[in-house]
Amino acid sequence: MIFNPKHILGIRDLTAEELTFILDTAESFKEINTRQIKKVPTLRGRTIINLFFEASTRTRTSFEIAGKRLSADTVNISASSSSVVKGETLEDTAKNIEAMHPDIIVMRHSASGACEYLARRLKCSVVNAGDGMHEHPSQALLDAFTIRQFKGRIDGLTVAIVGDITHSRVVRSNIYCLNKLGAKVRIAGPRTMLPPGIERLGCEVFNNLEDAIRDVDCVMMLRIQRERQGASLIPSTREYSRFFGLNEAKLRLAKPDAIVMHPGPINRGVELSTVVADGPQNVILGQVENGVAVRMALLYLVAGGEQLKND
Amino acid sequence: MTAEKVEILDNDGISRALTRIAHEILERNKGTENLVLVGIRTGGGYLAAQLQKKLSEIEGVVVPLGTIDITMYRDDLGTRNDLEVGQTDIRFPLGERNVVLVDDVLFTGRTIRAAMDALIDLGRPSNIQLAILIDRGHRELPIRPDYIGRNLPTARNELIEVEFDQQHAPQAVYLLRQ
Repeated sequence: MIFNPKHILGIRDLTAEELTFILDTAESFKEINTRQIKKVPTLRGRTIINLFFEASTRTRTSFEIAGKRLSADTVNISASSSSVVKGETLEDTAKNIEAMHPDIIVMRHSASGACEYLARRLKCSVVNAGDGMHEHPSQALLDAFTIRQFKGRIDGLTVAIVGDITHSRVVRSNIYCLNKLGAKVRIAGPRTMLPPGIERLGCEVFNNLEDAIRDVDCVMMLRIQRERQGASLIPSTREYSRFFGLNEAKLRLAKPDAIVMHPGPINRGVELSTVVADGPQNVILGQVENGVAVRMALLYLVAGGEQLKND
Repeated sequence: MTAEKVEILDNDGISRALTRIAHEILERNKGTENLVLVGIRTGGGYLAAQLQKKLSEIEGVVVPLGTIDITMYRDDLGTRNDLEVGQTDIRFPLGERNVVLVDDVLFTGRTIRAAMDALIDLGRPSNIQLAILIDRGHRELPIRPDYIGRNLPTARNELIEVEFDQQHAPQAVYLLRQ
């Protein structure tokens, strides 16, 4: 198949065929991660810059390992150690980086739309690693990949996503992705964390966890972002945990073979009880493992046929 | 321009060529000890399965069979349209083995270069031998096959097509002229 996108800015821009093609490609790359020599020369000579304006361990490491296993040269820039703290604008930072001729910039930024802003101004490919409250495409793709791995399909499944829906880019990307691949999406969270009109993206809205997870195939729990807005939207984490935390008893409402997912990092005892977080239905570390393969596929597909791509 | 299609080998012709290659492999390797077959996806993989069958008919031994996908090792990433990546499936160690690499058509030799790099990333074989159904010439790299079904000098603008049926058994080889 011809994969045209030069940038990966959001799931919204991708077709169901393109999403499936990314997942199928990731399937082939997954095998490399279990070899003794975990490296192929596919992106030899390409330079990938991980430009992270927000703290990240999992996503940044995952993109870095993905690039390295494809033999690309990867460079990490984080906001705290860069010229951003000296007052440089995003565009100036990006233009300076571009002058060093990278092939792909993987960016995370706190402003929604920051990746698209760069993609319009730079010649290299831009991959969104999370922008504000907008999208986190690689997370949604690794979630879809993990669901497909454990359930054998995505089409026809029901997935519940629970937590701070308003501030979650993971939710938005997942709603687009799961809908395009034929799954039904339910969302649930406290009123203060449910944006009005979200159902227009294609999901069913619930005010309580119990109704939302009844008979679902997959429960995706979101992290309460204590360091951000999250804390002021709920009376206390204890109360949140009582109503919207997932424990063993509540999980029994879902299908017996339902899987439990979490984008990490987990607040144990808040959104997930330790018993569920470590229980047989959790696939959380599988998500992390699959993240590398999915990001290898994304880097490969934006770099492949680059001389033929004109946006 | 109309394309002209000429049959080069039929079903029996392919079968005879593969039988001869199987005998040559056995002669050169003095039997099947440490012998493994690795086919290059997809045509080479199908032919390697045929060779496995021939070898077992002659020697009564089923030699290990794997397939390798070379997409990740190609040298034309930036200029290539088709980005599909297949899966490599080799479920045995390659170390200290005599590997017979199998492909349907040998042309520039770039696929074989990529396949050898891919194999060596998976282990250190004692040696790698190359079995080819059709050698059409025009090499761009210093690569030479050990076992050849048929030598077929071609023009650069001609195409070789190996046809397989639903069960992946080879049916015929055609030369296409534009």
